[in-house]
Amino acid sequence: MEKLLQVQEVEKYYGNKSNLTKALNYISFEVSKGEFVAIMGASGSGKTTLLNCIATIDKVTSGHILLGNEDITKLKKNELNRFRREELGFIFQDFNLLDTLTGYENIALALSISNVPVKKIEKRVLEVAKKLNIESILNKYPYQMSGGEKQRIASARAIITNPKLVLADEPTGALDSKSSRMLLESFNELNNMLHTTILMVTHDAFSASYANRVIFIKDGKIFNELIKADKTRKEFFDEIIDVVTILGGDLNDAL
Amino acid sequence: MMLFKLAIKNIRKSIKDYAIYFFTLILGVAIFYVFNAIESQTVLLNVTKNTLAIIDLMIDMLSGVSVFVSFILGFLIIYASRFLIKRRNKEFGIYLTLGMSKGKISKILLLETLIIGAISLVIGLIIGIFASQFMSVLVANSFEADLTHFTFVFSMKAVMKTIIYFGIMYLLVMIFNVLSINRSKLIDLFASSKKSEEVKMKNPLLCILVFIIAIIFLGYAYYKVTRGIESLTTTESIFIPIILGCISTFLIFWSLSGLILRIVMCFKNIYYKGLNSFVLRQISSKVNTMVFSMTVICLMLFVTICVLSSSLSIKNSMTSNLKSLVPVDIELSKIRNISDEDTYETDYHKMLQIDSNRTIEESLSLVDFDVNKYFKDMTTVYTYSDTYFGFDDTAGTALEKLKKEYPYYIFEASEEIMTLSDYNKVARLYGNKEYTLKDNEYLIIADYESMVKMRNIALKTKPVINLFGHTLYPKYDECQRGFVRISSNHINTGIIIVPDNVVDDKYLRSEIMLANYKASDKNEKQDIENTFLSIENNSNSNKININASTKISIYEASVGLGAMVTFIGLYLGIIFLISSAAILALKELSESTDNKIRYDILRKIGADEQQINHALLKQIAIFFTVPLILAIIHSVFGLQFCKTILITFGNEEMTKSITMTAIFLIIIYGGYFMITYYCSKNIIKNK
Repeated sequence: MEKLLQVQEVEKYYGNKSNLTKALNYISFEVSKGEFVAIMGASGSGKTTLLNCIATIDKVTSGHILLGNEDITKLKKNELNRFRREELGFIFQDFNLLDTLTGYENIALALSISNVPVKKIEKRVLEVAKKLNIESILNKYPYQMSGGEKQRIASARAIITNPKLVLADEPTGALDSKSSRMLLESFNELNNMLHTTILMVTHDAFSASYANRVIFIKDGKIFNELIKADKTRKEFFDEIIDVVTILGGDLNDAL
Repeated sequence: MMLFKLAIKNIRKSIKDYAIYFFTLILGVAIFYVFNAIESQTVLLNVTKNTLAIIDLMIDMLSGVSVFVSFILGFLIIYASRFLIKRRNKEFGIYLTLGMSKGKISKILLLETLIIGAISLVIGLIIGIFASQFMSVLVANSFEADLTHFTFVFSMKAVMKTIIYFGIMYLLVMIFNVLSINRSKLIDLFASSKKSEEVKMKNPLLCILVFIIAIIFLGYAYYKVTRGIESLTTTESIFIPIILGCISTFLIFWSLSGLILRIVMCFKNIYYKGLNSFVLRQISSKVNTMVFSMTVICLMLFVTICVLSSSLSIKNSMTSNLKSLVPVDIELSKIRNISDEDTYETDYHKMLQIDSNRTIEESLSLVDFDVNKYFKDMTTVYTYSDTYFGFDDTAGTALEKLKKEYPYYIFEASEEIMTLSDYNKVARLYGNKEYTLKDNEYLIIADYESMVKMRNIALKTKPVINLFGHTLYPKYDECQRGFVRISSNHINTGIIIVPDNVVDDKYLRSEIMLANYKASDKNEKQDIENTFLSIENNSNSNKININASTKISIYEASVGLGAMVTFIGLYLGIIFLISSAAILALKELSESTDNKIRYDILRKIGADEQQINHALLKQIAIFFTVPLILAIIHSVFGLQFCKTILITFGNEEMTKSITMTAIFLIIIYGGYFMITYYCSKNIIKNK
């Protein structure tokens, strides 16, 4: 399988000499194209720092992160904005749709920010809308949509730019169980139907069980890795719980 | 002590939110001081008694206007502080949940208001004191007085007045704040930020219809105040275009709020470019709720522009008028030939009657004033009148019509009559047009606009008049422009000019002497003027009765009047400008707070800071310019109306004063715009 994301020996320190915190400690892993990977860890394990480094919101202290063939740790400020816009897609837990814009406009905005010509915008939006089956709600405002519909619009916006990688930080963190399920199912849809590569950070075993692969992080290092393969989601969930138990610590409260 | 600390910290924390509030308060205090300190500046000026009287009048008017201004500022401050309180609802909610009583929160607010009030007063006064030094130059310049020695003026009276007026305003703010805290419920304090607005789209057809109606209304109002101005004769009829203008302004904003979005949406290339769609949606979602305040702001800007430009131009036009209207240095006149039946048996009337038999020259020599010594170009003319010969005798067949149209005019007032050769003497002296008449002709000289209009209606009917036993026919079918007496305005209501042989000395009414001073420069002229004025100290001065107007006194009066209007106009104009800009800025800032979430979303989906700032700038710029544009369009017509009304003061090009107004507008309105932008940028900044 083609390697999409390569995290190579990444270190991230916070603080100064007298008070040094190693958020990421020599961490390396790879994500292949079309994978749905969950990164699990307790709070303070460094998982969000890792995601921020990949999202180019934060800078690594040492090491390299490669997306495709591009080393994103070497990008300059102007290139960073372009990179984030064009190569990455973000999905947020509270949809983050603009309430003043219609569904269509919300999706189109992601493209118009990058100054894509109007004709292309129209074509792309309708294309994605067809795939996600949201053509009928394109002209509705967010307040007229159900939670699931909002989520689909948000997903469409995340992938409209054809990002290489979709990032999700604690996407279910503040959702009730029904909405969580809806969101995670839409991740599966994106992954299965559109072959979108998704990297999700979570501390919730239930969310993680929707992924193809789960990477456990503890103290800035990889602790364990689980692959779903042909297991059912239930079996995979039990496996994750086992690791969580071994991991101990405050991850337990995720149950 | 704890509360005091909390109050100080709160202010420091929210200093950015308070920036506009502070700015407005300081500006308000400074302007209030500057205009109330004018009094102490004028004391230093080296001016004549005439000017001093006008300055006194101006100071009285300024303090009257100050009361009005303090009302406007008071409302503005209360409005602004309410906005700031709203912004801090959550903070108060936290205090309440922590167990702080409402009384204590009120105390914190009181302290905050007190501190902010004190600081803004001090800063505002300091700025005001320095600004008033510039003002004193302007004051001296306006009254054309020499500012021989520059002194640093500090008016304790104005300081006290400012402190008292603003103290009362702050007190009101405190009361309002306490009331709003006591009335609030905890749940509302927490929930107030979580209201999501439904996007309502207006019916486009209705919008177009309303827009067209508004345009028609406005067009009619514009027509009324410019071309159709003649129909605006009564006070009530002036209200029609004003009310129509207000209504149509509101309707235009209402319909535009629904239309603009739809129109731009048709141009997909623009709509889907960068953050344009977001900006437009932002605007249309707000315009819906802001239509009313936009209307108020637009109208206030309109008033500001008109008041500033016309008040600034009045002074120029008044003084420029004088050159043509006051061609000689002095005009003396006295009533002649008072007959026994026209007088009463009092000493005063006896004196008048005796004096009326003397010529002006004779009277003046009684008080040791030798006209030949001081005057040159002396021209003496006479007017005649017949008690029974009034306007009604010159109106001919138009009388009935005129009586109906001008029911309050006294048609029986006796008319002034002058011989042709006398009038031509005056015309020659003034450089005006001279006339010729046949033995049976007459003409009327007038320049007072509304009288000219009435007389022209009469003259159109070719009225034949019977005067002193002669029958005369009108030479022209309209009044001839001209005047005999000097004055600052066109006030000649009409003099009937007749051939020399028509008049009879029996009907001699008054003698008018026009002359220039025998002087080569300004100082010598002033000396002669003073000598002439000192006549009243002569022991014989109570034995003569002469009316005099001099160029110098007319000049001073109109310069002073012009300066007065300018100052009051400036004062009101600036306050109006500040108020409208501040309201707009506060509205915009409160929106920015609500919009922080939206900007965060933009940031998350990949818009960079530059794009976001650009979008913010566009949004604020549109909100500031839309009411301004409509106000400017209103002003184009409003100023023409002002010009027509002020025509008696002269007809001066307004370019200069409009430029001045534009400068004020750019500085103050632009200043508020910039502050709003920077504050909003701060609010939506990612922290």
